[in-house]
This record gives sequence, structure tokens and C-alpha cells, in this order.
Amino acid sequence: MATATSDRKSAFTVSNALAAVVVVVAVLWLMPVVWVLAMSFKPNSELMRSTAGFLPIPFTLDNYAGLLSLSATPNWLFNSLIVAVSMTLLTLALASTAGYAFARLEFPGRRILFVFVLAGLMVPEQAVFIPLHALFSSWGYHNTHTALIVPRLAVPMGVFLMTQFFRAVPRDIEEAAELDNAGRLTIFRKIMLPLSYPALTTLGLFTFLYAWNDFLWPLVSATDKEMYTITVGLASIQGNFAETEGLGSVMAAAVFASAPVVLLYLVFQKYIVSGVSMGSSK
Amino acid sequence: MTSARTSVAAAEMNTHTGSRRDWIVAYLFLLPFLAVYLVFLVYPLFSGFWISLHDWELVGNFREYIGFQNYRDLWADVLFWKTIRNTALFASITVPCMTALALALALAVRRPGRLYAVLRGVFFASSVFSVSVVTLVWRMVLDGDRGLLANLFRSVGIRPIGFLGEPFWAMPSLAVATLWWGVGLPMALFIAALNQIPQDIYEAAELDFASRWKVLRRITLPGIKRTFVLVLVLQIVLQFQMFGQAQLMTKGGPADQTRTIVQYIYDTGFRDWQIGYASAMAVVLFVLMFSISMVQLWLGSKED
Repeated sequence: MATATSDRKSAFTVSNALAAVVVVVAVLWLMPVVWVLAMSFKPNSELMRSTAGFLPIPFTLDNYAGLLSLSATPNWLFNSLIVAVSMTLLTLALASTAGYAFARLEFPGRRILFVFVLAGLMVPEQAVFIPLHALFSSWGYHNTHTALIVPRLAVPMGVFLMTQFFRAVPRDIEEAAELDNAGRLTIFRKIMLPLSYPALTTLGLFTFLYAWNDFLWPLVSATDKEMYTITVGLASIQGNFAETEGLGSVMAAAVFASAPVVLLYLVFQKYIVSGVSMGSSK
Repeated sequence: MTSARTSVAAAEMNTHTGSRRDWIVAYLFLLPFLAVYLVFLVYPLFSGFWISLHDWELVGNFREYIGFQNYRDLWADVLFWKTIRNTALFASITVPCMTALALALALAVRRPGRLYAVLRGVFFASSVFSVSVVTLVWRMVLDGDRGLLANLFRSVGIRPIGFLGEPFWAMPSLAVATLWWGVGLPMALFIAALNQIPQDIYEAAELDFASRWKVLRRITLPGIKRTFVLVLVLQIVLQFQMFGQAQLMTKGGPADQTRTIVQYIYDTGFRDWQIGYASAMAVVLFVLMFSISMVQLWLGSKED
């Protein structure tokens, strides 16, 4: 009895010490972000003098105001928004229809086609970005939103996730509707899609993050400054920090670039963190 | 029970009678994705190989079939081998560190409770940033003049280091930024795997007064073996494709110390306009990554 209690007590203090260490690490983890955020609210003249300090003193909104009125940043944000939203909606549409067919419909060649699509998971972006570039060059389609969106719809991850999801839906739900002679499209729209809102939400969030943060393809396809996404635009203004006089503005641009994804993350954290394992555990 | 059975029978009859029509419907459901998949993934994969057999320029119409000459040139390209070594070095730092850190964090923050939920949120949060935000933040932190660490060093009287410009520090600096950026995903994978280990095994171990270390080694680690392999393979594939960090933090410098394969592909194709030669490198990278994925599939099938 005595040993058991002392054991529990020591385990308890070990847990506490561990928790304290993790909290310290977490604070250090956030430090760079807090520092950058603080700089974005400081006047550039102050930053020329010193970048030290985690509080925005003296405080100014000039960096943000300047970006909104004078720079290409609003344009870049607009491009990113168009691209990310379209890519998300289209991916959801393509992945859910194809996933439904693979999970629930009978047709010749189903198994082979599914393996053929899954094999695409092993093709990294770097293996296809040059031929894709040549393809869009031959069509004369670079520097358009379409060029930024369409190639990314070919990623098979969404189809894989939706197939897994639809397979797990009990069959009798559909069968009742089949007996009522409802068409496939009706069953899909009225029964399967509403059931899959959680999966679609997760897939949608990941697609949006992926689209917003995409770098290599927009870098080679959107070469006009007007057509940059915010991720590429922000990369283009990372000059020489030691000399730049507009440090605060660069930091403010970074905050603009992160605000939408951070907001999404804060609202949908549960979906995102648990969604990571969606494809792996089953 | 009977009604379920009859409905299954009815469904089967349905598929038999209206099968031709059902096939068409199924293909219609598949068509939009398959079309995009064929045009923008399958076709480019093969045309990439085709391009690599040419002396092919990015702009203009110059292209000449040269067989495997690009691959022979690659074999003799000192810089290409250097980028392979650099990338392998980068991966050999980041993959073990990332996996270990992700597992340690997962073990530390998987507990129930508000505090741990917040901590999970914090460690995952840095993964939602884009590469250009991450590189901006870390370039600032590591800057030898106005950086966060430079400020810290000065305040304790040490001469600040310009980490990204030092041959010794450049690669580890990229690795640190990458760890900060990427640890959330493997951590979440580990947490999910840890939560699937049946609780009663732990309870049995507690009754046996097993030590924490023993529980970790005998129960926890064997329980997440599959996820461990998955994380390792995902990380190897991911880190071998490193591009943005080197491109935006060091430009591959100092003296090509941090130039990676993908960065060399990008420079060759889009700075020097030699997309034939760049494609040959991309094919080599693809074959490399594909083999690693196959190893994982093979390991996975061996276990089942």
C-alpha cells in the first residue's frame, strides 16, 4: 500500500515536471512568431535602430496601411483567395464523385482503375512540374488563375480519402433508397453527401491550406508580378534584411499571408489535427 | 434480419438487371477526376521522361532529340552529385530529428485536458504557415545583425553569428527551421496511433508495477511500429524534395553548401532554361522517391 502511494506521488511530480518543460518549449516555439508580429506593428525608423523586444512599442498601423494602399499585396491576397477557394470546391466535387464510384458502384475495371489512381500518390510534384510547365506554355495559359488551379486537382489524395470514407458508410442506408428506385445521382446527393460533411470539411481544409501555401508551381507558372499568389509574392519581397528600410512592411505582409490560414486553423483545429491521421489509420 | 437479407438480394438483382446502365453511371461519376488525372498527372509524368531525352529550351522552339545524353551528362556533373550529397545530409539531419521530436512531443501532449489541447495546438500551428512565411520568420531569427538570436547574444555579451552565411551553420539552420515548420504532422500521426493502443494493456502493466521506461519500450513503441515506418518514409520523401527553405534562406549558399536537388532542378530549368537537362534530374529524383515508397509498401505488406 505504502509503496503504491509513493509510486503514484512520484509519478505525479514527474508528470508535473514534464508538463512544465513542455510549456516552456511551447512558449519558445511561439517566440519567433510573436516577435515578427510585434515588428509588424513597429515604425520602420524604430526597427532601423533596434529589432529587440516582443511588444509593439512604439505602436503603429502604418505598415499595414501602406501595404493596403501602395503595394501589390491586396492583389496577391486576392489571387490566393480565388485560387484556394476554387481549388477547394473543385477538389471536393471531383474527390467525392470519384470516391463514391470507387466505394459503391459496380463497374468493370474498378480494382485496376483504383490502383492506377492510388499509384499517383507516389508521384511527387517535382516529377511533373517541368512537363506541366511545357504543357501550359504550349497552350499559352501561364499567368492565369486556371493554370494555378487545374493541375492541382489531379492529386489523388482526396479520392483516396473519400473512397475510404464512403466504404465505411453502412450499406442498408443506400439500399432503402434503391428500393424506392431513386437514381444514383439522387442517392449520392441526398444521402451520401450529407453523411460525408465531416470528411468533406477535413478534406476541404487541407486542400485550402495546400493551395494557399503552394510554392513551386505558382513560382514557375505565375511570373507576372500581378499574378503572384501571396506565398510567391512574400517570397519575392524577402530581400536583404540587414539593409532593408521597410522591415516592418515585410513583416506586415507575412502577417497578411498567414492570417487566413491561422484563422481557419483556430476555428477548425479539431478537424485539422485529427484529420491528419484520416488516411493512415484505416 | 430477413428484411435486410431480402434488400441485399433485391440490390443484387438490381445490379444484374440494369448493369450496363449502372456502368455508364459509374464511369460518369469517375470521368471528371480521371480526365484531370490523366491530363495533369499521368501524361506529364511520361512527357517529363520524353523531355529528358531532348536538348529542350524553356523559351522558344529549340528542341533536339539526344537520347540518353542528359543522363550521361548528369553522371559526370559534379554539382549534381554535390546537391545529392547536400540533400542526403539535410535529410539525414531532419528525418531522425523530426521523427524523434514528433514522438517525444506526441508522448508529452497526448494526455486529456485543456492544457494539453492547447499545447497540441501550439506545436501543430507552425505547420499551417507557408514556406515563405517560415523562411521569413527564421531568416529574421537567425540574421547576424538584426536577428532575434543576435539580439539575445548581444545582451549576454557574445558576438552574434550570421548563421545562414556560415558554412558550418547554414545546413543545421535550415534543418531547425524545417523541424519547426514540419513537426506538427508526424506528431499528430503519432498521437492518433498512441490513442489506438488498448488502454487495458497499460492497466495490466500498472498492476505489474512495470517501470515507465519498460512500458514505453515493451508496449508503447511496439504498438506504433506501423506509424513509425509511415512517418519515416513520409519524412524521407518530403525532406528529399526540400526546395523553398534553401531557395529563400540561403540561395543554396554559402558556396553551394545548401543547394538541394530540387533547387538545382529549378535553377537549371527556370534560370538557365535547360528544361531537358532539368527533366533528367527530375526523373532521377522521382525514381529515387518511388523506390523508397515501394520499400514502405513492401514492409507494410510483409506485416499484414
